[in-house]
Amino acid sequence: MKLSLSSSPHLRRKRDTGQVMRMVIYAMVPGIAAQCYVFGWGVLIQACLAVAAAVVCEGLILTLRKKNVERALSDYSAILTALLLAVSIPPTLPWWMTILGAVFAIAVAKQVYGGLGFNMFNPAMIAYVMLLVSFPAAMTMWLPPAGLLGGAPGFIDTVSLIFTGFTQNGYDVTQLRTLVDGVTAATPLDAVKTGLTQGKTYSELLATPTFTTPVIDAMGKGWGLVSLAYLAGGLLLIRTRIITWHIPGSLILSVAIVSLALHLADGDHYASPVFHLLNGAVLIGAFFIATDPVSASTTPRGRIIFGAAIGFWIVIIRTFGGYPDAVAFGVIIMNMAVPLIDYYTRPRTYGRAAPRKPQGGR
Amino acid sequence: MSEYKALTLQGVWNNNPALVQLLGLCPLLAVTATFINGLGLGLATTLVLIGSNVTVSLVRNIVRNEIRIPVFVMIIAGFVTIIQLLMNAFTYELYLALGIFIPLIVTNCAIIGRAEAYASKNPVGPAAFDGLMMGVGFTLVLVILGGMREILGSGTLLAGADRLFGPIADNWTLTLFTTENPFLLAILPPGAFLGMGLLIAIKNGIDARIAAKRATVKQKATRARVTAET
Repeated sequence: MKLSLSSSPHLRRKRDTGQVMRMVIYAMVPGIAAQCYVFGWGVLIQACLAVAAAVVCEGLILTLRKKNVERALSDYSAILTALLLAVSIPPTLPWWMTILGAVFAIAVAKQVYGGLGFNMFNPAMIAYVMLLVSFPAAMTMWLPPAGLLGGAPGFIDTVSLIFTGFTQNGYDVTQLRTLVDGVTAATPLDAVKTGLTQGKTYSELLATPTFTTPVIDAMGKGWGLVSLAYLAGGLLLIRTRIITWHIPGSLILSVAIVSLALHLADGDHYASPVFHLLNGAVLIGAFFIATDPVSASTTPRGRIIFGAAIGFWIVIIRTFGGYPDAVAFGVIIMNMAVPLIDYYTRPRTYGRAAPRKPQGGR
Repeated sequence: MSEYKALTLQGVWNNNPALVQLLGLCPLLAVTATFINGLGLGLATTLVLIGSNVTVSLVRNIVRNEIRIPVFVMIIAGFVTIIQLLMNAFTYELYLALGIFIPLIVTNCAIIGRAEAYASKNPVGPAAFDGLMMGVGFTLVLVILGGMREILGSGTLLAGADRLFGPIADNWTLTLFTTENPFLLAILPPGAFLGMGLLIAIKNGIDARIAAKRATVKQKATRARVTAET
């Protein structure tokens, strides 16, 4: 009889990396569909651009590094990174910025560190921050959602906007964003942030057409739908056990608690938890971005700390920082802290005593 | 003459103060937003290096070992003051652009490092040449990094050359492209760190290529560890 010896793990999961990544991509479908419904074709065109750029870039670099290109590309991680980037950027961003972002995500944030599994930071968020820091004006130019300004531009107009900067009738993005009365339509986060600095109160700002007053007070028109669609996809991910509840749960709870504390302290100047949760990227960030298996914390207790800290930073940076949204910054800040968090939250190995507390300073 | 050749190789490549010793990174990362700023700081640092190396070499037999560091620092500070006043007098706009980083040359570890490691042990000629070559190595990195960031960030090269070279350089600025969306990252501090990392990686890559070419004698593969005879 031949007894084969192999090293642990002996109980293997049924899914490989490619299947996990594909499941995450499928779970993004409701959110992407909602984005198409609200903002038009742009997000699909951006997704095609980003995926093509990311895959070509990954293939080139893997060839340079003399790695197995086919195997690395079949894990779908580059495609997922590109998709996450494509849904984060404004749908009418000029094409070369999208491609630059996708190439930066793969080449600098991922392959320079050694490829999938070695990247310290979430590649999609690094690319997003790179674009936001480099092109602040273009990266905050969101067209108003459908229903606020007579619907999103059609397919041909969107393509023309992305590649030439103008629609067929010669309008650029800035003109399309201008409402009938000459006011520029801003995203809900932007509207509240600038409104508060101009001395308006929070409840006055909620009465503007940017928000859907009948359903939930603080939900931005269109934006809330997108957030809820990503929530649905995220719950599917938890149900299929692709991700655990720890990071999204603690992140959402932390956003709610921190914003509630601020809102209770001064309701005129600090937005409510509903506003923070349903606008911007909190829900997609909680389920799809912060849960990146490579750059997130890996221990159960560590994941709770990781998610809660991201939530804390999101509210703090949104409220007191210079940029309207802060999910990318929160994720990147906490990516840096992951080795520390993992070190202090190592679980007890079965059959052994709890690890001794590391000797403190002194 | 081989001494001078070795010094050149050390300063510019093998022991480059910026790429290998990683000294003086603070001014290096802070001022290299344009080619000319980099060149200006590089020249200033080179002049200080030569001056301090020569002086330290001249006094090396007089200064007692116990107090050598304070003496070196004072010599360097003296030369930095001279350079600062000269720049204030002759290249005033560049002096304003570089700001605090001119007086901060005094804290550049590359300078006291050369004074301590080379000039205090060698005669005047080689010490001066070592200062020159270390300065050239440092300047090259500043100029390449500044050029990279300027091209990426604003699409120009040699912008503001008249600050350093006077009115003859008024039309030296090369405009490679103009854009409504400048690549701000290259000009902001992160661009300096990314560019610096890239330069170090390129240098290490070239070194690895050279080393691989040199190792022409192929060694026969040997088993690292033999666990059992089968």
